[in-house]
Formats: sequence, C-alpha cells, structure tokens
Amino acid sequence: MARKVSTTRKAVMTALAWGIAIVIFFPILWTILTSFKTEADAIASPPRFLDFDWTLQSYAEVQSRSNYFSHFLNSVIIALGSTAVGLLVAIPAAWSMAFQPARRTRDVLMWMLSTKMMPAVGVLIPIYILFQRFGLLDSRVGVLVVLMLINLPIIVWMLYTYFREIPAEILEAARMDGARLWDEIRHVLAPMAVPGIASTALLNVILAWNEAFWTLNLTTANAAPLTTFIAGYSSPEGLFYAKLSAASTMAIAPILILGWFSQKQLVRGLTFGAVK
Amino acid sequence: MGSITLQGVRKVFGDVEVIPGADLQIENGEFVVFVGPSGCGKSTLLRLIAGLEDVTSGRVLIDGRDVTQAPPARRGLAMVFQSYALYPHMTVRKNISFPLRMAGMDAAEQARRVDHAAGILNLTPYLDRRPGQLSGGQRQRVAIGRAIVREPSAFLFDEPLSNLDAALRVNMRVEISELHNKLKTTMVYVTHDQVEAMTMADKIVVLRAGRVEQVGSPLDLYRSPANRFVAGFIGSPNMNFIEGEAAARMGAHAIGVRPEHWNLSTTDGAFAGRVGVAEHLGSDTFLHVDLDGGTHVIARAAGEIPVDHGDRIWLTPQDGRIYRFGADGLAA
Repeated sequence: MARKVSTTRKAVMTALAWGIAIVIFFPILWTILTSFKTEADAIASPPRFLDFDWTLQSYAEVQSRSNYFSHFLNSVIIALGSTAVGLLVAIPAAWSMAFQPARRTRDVLMWMLSTKMMPAVGVLIPIYILFQRFGLLDSRVGVLVVLMLINLPIIVWMLYTYFREIPAEILEAARMDGARLWDEIRHVLAPMAVPGIASTALLNVILAWNEAFWTLNLTTANAAPLTTFIAGYSSPEGLFYAKLSAASTMAIAPILILGWFSQKQLVRGLTFGAVK
Repeated sequence: MGSITLQGVRKVFGDVEVIPGADLQIENGEFVVFVGPSGCGKSTLLRLIAGLEDVTSGRVLIDGRDVTQAPPARRGLAMVFQSYALYPHMTVRKNISFPLRMAGMDAAEQARRVDHAAGILNLTPYLDRRPGQLSGGQRQRVAIGRAIVREPSAFLFDEPLSNLDAALRVNMRVEISELHNKLKTTMVYVTHDQVEAMTMADKIVVLRAGRVEQVGSPLDLYRSPANRFVAGFIGSPNMNFIEGEAAARMGAHAIGVRPEHWNLSTTDGAFAGRVGVAEHLGSDTFLHVDLDGGTHVIARAAGEIPVDHGDRIWLTPQDGRIYRFGADGLAA
C-alpha cells in the first residue's frame, strides 16, 4: 500500500525540489542569458536579468575570431571516436568478466575502478612526455586514445552490469547451435544488450565531450575541441563575459540537446541493476 | 547415429567433487532419462555431455569418437534448456533457423527445414512472432524446433517441462515422446520428476550425489530396485519402509512395500493401524495410515472404498511384493 502523504507536505516537498533544481540550473541559465548581452550589460551592477538589449553580437564575434565549427568537429570526432574504440575494447572485456568470471575477476574490476580515483594530474607529466616523443601532441588520435582510456573503466563497469542481466543459458544455447565466440557476441549478446550499450555509449559521449583536463593540456589548435575553445575566452587580456558565455553556450548546446532527447535512456542506463 | 559413452567421467568445481566418476553407455535411438533429487549432478552430467562444462578427467565418446576436448558445436548434439533460452530479439523463424545460419546452410534449405519443423510442432502460424509474444508451451516448442532442424545425432533436454503448468506439462510430455517415436533419435532427458522418467524413458539412470545408483528400464527399477534410495525414489507415492521387529521377522533390516501393494481389510491382517487422512480421488483412494508402533505408511486402493479418518484398518503386503533391504541399504 502506498504511504499517505498530506497535501501540505507534498506542496512543501515540491517547492523544495523546484528550489534546488533552480539553484542548480541557474548558472547555466545565467550563462545563456549573458551570451545575448553586450559586454557592458554583462558586467552591469546591479546585474540585469531580462531587461537588457538582446543581441547576437557576441556570437558573431566568437565565430569570426575562432572557427567554432572546426572545434565542434574536433569535439564530435573525439567524443564519438573515443566511445566507439572504447566499446570495441570494453564489450569483449565485459563479456569475459560477466560470463567467464575467473577467481580474480572482482579484483580486476575493482582495480579498474580504482584507477578513476587517482588524480589525473599525477600522470600528466609522463603522458605529456609520451605524447611529445610519439608526436601525438595536438593530434586528434592522441586525445581520442587518452579519453578512451580514462573512460574505459566506466564503460566496462556499465556493460558488465548489463551483461550480468542476460541469462547465461541463452549464450550457451548459441554455443550449442554452433555459434563461435564472435557469432555469439555479434548475433546474440550485442543485440540483446543494445539498450545497455546505447546508454553506455551516450554517457561516454557526454563524458568525453565535457572532458577538459586532458583536452586542455594536450591540444592547442589543430585538435582542440570545444573545451579548449571556451578556455580561449578566459584570456590574459581580461575576461569578456558575454563572449565567454556565447562560446560556452555554443559548446554545451549540442550535448544539452542530445541529453534532453535521450533522458530516458540515460536514466535507465545509470540506474540499471540498482533495482530489479 | 547417436550413441554416447561416458568413461570414468569426473567433474570437480573448485574443491567440490560433483561427479566422482561416471561410466555410462547410451545406445543409438534410446530415450534415456537422468533422474535424481536436486543437486544430484544430473544437469552437470548432461552439460558434460554437451560440452558446456569441461570434464576434469575421463572421456566422452559420441559414436565412438572421442569428443572430450571438442567444443559444444562440434559434438553434433542439440540441447533444449529449462528456461527455453530463446533469442528474444529474433522471430520464431530466425530462432529456429539460427543453427542452420551458423552452419552456413543456403537460404532455400534453411526455409525448407524451418517450415518442416514448424509443421511438426504446430508453429507455422507463429513464425513471424517473437518469443515474448508466445505462451510457455509455444516457447518450449520453438526451443525443440531449434533443436530438431539441425538433425543432431542426439537431443539433450535439461528439465524442459519444469517451467510449464501441470496440464501443459502432461501434454508436452506426450509430445516429446511422440517426437522420439517419429525421429528415433537418441534423447537424453534430465528431470527430478520420477513420473516423467517412468513415462518417457527407455532407460532410466538414477543419480544421487553424482553417483549412478542404478541403470535400467522403468519397470526394472520399479520391480527390482538395487537399494533403498532407488526404491524410495521410483514410484508415486513413495515406497513405505518398515524397520524394526516386523522387518527382522522377515530377515531384513528394513522392508519396503509400495502403496499399491497392500491388501486392505477392516477385520484382520499383518499390520494394524488407524487411518489419518483419506484422499478420495474417485479412481483411487489414498489412505495415510498410522500403524500401531508408530510407522506412518500410505496405502493406495483402486476405486472408491468406504474408509475414513479414524477408522481401524489392517494392511497385508501382497505376495511377492515385499522388498527386503540390509542395514547398508542394499536390496537383500
């Protein structure tokens, strides 16, 4: 039986939830509003909420000063590329851990996760030197590989939890039916895991898109994605809030839209396995 | 062809010896049932034959060929799983044709075989549906269809009926028996239900704790069980065991009498007792009797008999229907 909740309590909780949501969302809203202001309005005190002269001037300046689309393209290539390569590596890994667990499988999984607890800056110097020696600095391939590697534990873990939900008998049936390992993965496991693989891919695209530490340190121009593009506007010549906001809005818009349309998938992906 | 031979097959999981060493000969075309209580290793034995588990030691031969190291696909066997294990994202047609596609068979031959199998199993109207849209019985038929299209040298069934309701189970039992009569292919069938074993098998293998207790035809096991375990496991309701003085008088540690082998009387007989519960089924009457001396036994009488709770009754074993067991449990 459902618990009885009084109307007052419901109203208070709703107001509270909205309050928290607005506080969390406000910086993003403010950024978007600021992007439509002139530089003068952007730093006006007291700040102006909606009663300012709406203008696209900052967007035009940002586009003319730095080529948004080349950065956008880099972001797309890096996010999609690192996700695709990550899945290629993670699907077989998660498969073996979910269906052929060995004595140390749990430990391997924990170890993989533990690498996410290490501060990235701790390995910046060695990675930077490696990149330098291999000529990978400011290359898309280099960033793609690094982002793939840093997100790999998350991909493997998510896929692992998904795969665990697939009855092993179905894979055994495929084996009895003459499927070789690759057939088993391609014709049976992957299609059954499509929802899981999709939400994993989606989350990874978002993570890779937003990743700033490595992209900022390893790219300058040629391979620079949108994160580097935004950072270019917090420049030594002083902060230009309107232009910075315009750049930020342009950088987050694609992923925000993607996230909006795939909310259901994302939520399902993140809570999968939590409740049965 | 489809003869299967197990030679000293042993299976160890970690520190647990599940199958201590099994020797078994299954002839071509036989319907063999592995039966035993849960955890007796019957499913493991089937999976060892299938190749889904590796044997720890010993050999598995199919048609005289050593397949101990061969992967499942190379053994020429088809398996029907307890959960059906259908591919949920494929239509019935794709499910059934999956093994043929894996074998690289040409499309025309695939279609011919699928249509043939669907015809045998009454699945033709459902070929374009997905497993989720089928009833339990239909799913079971799809699983069987997927097995028969391959024309395997033997079928392996792992408790295929245990997810079905009682009425459907009886129907499917008959269907599988009919299928065996039609195809005459070797079938190895695992169940914990001794009624399935008795009704379907040419040969029953009774297992306990990974050991083969007895191998024989259903009526062999019914008539001459090798030990108390087999005697108690085969037959429904279970055989009654009486120990103590009454058994000693007949020169045994324990005697066994099947419920259907008592002569009932309301005046005199070998064992006196009082009726506890009387189950009147019409065709049969089952009497739960507490014998004087404390032993609880079940007696089965044909038809309707006018006996009820609390009545005094005398039971006498029928001639030649008393089983004697030694202290070691073996038939004496």
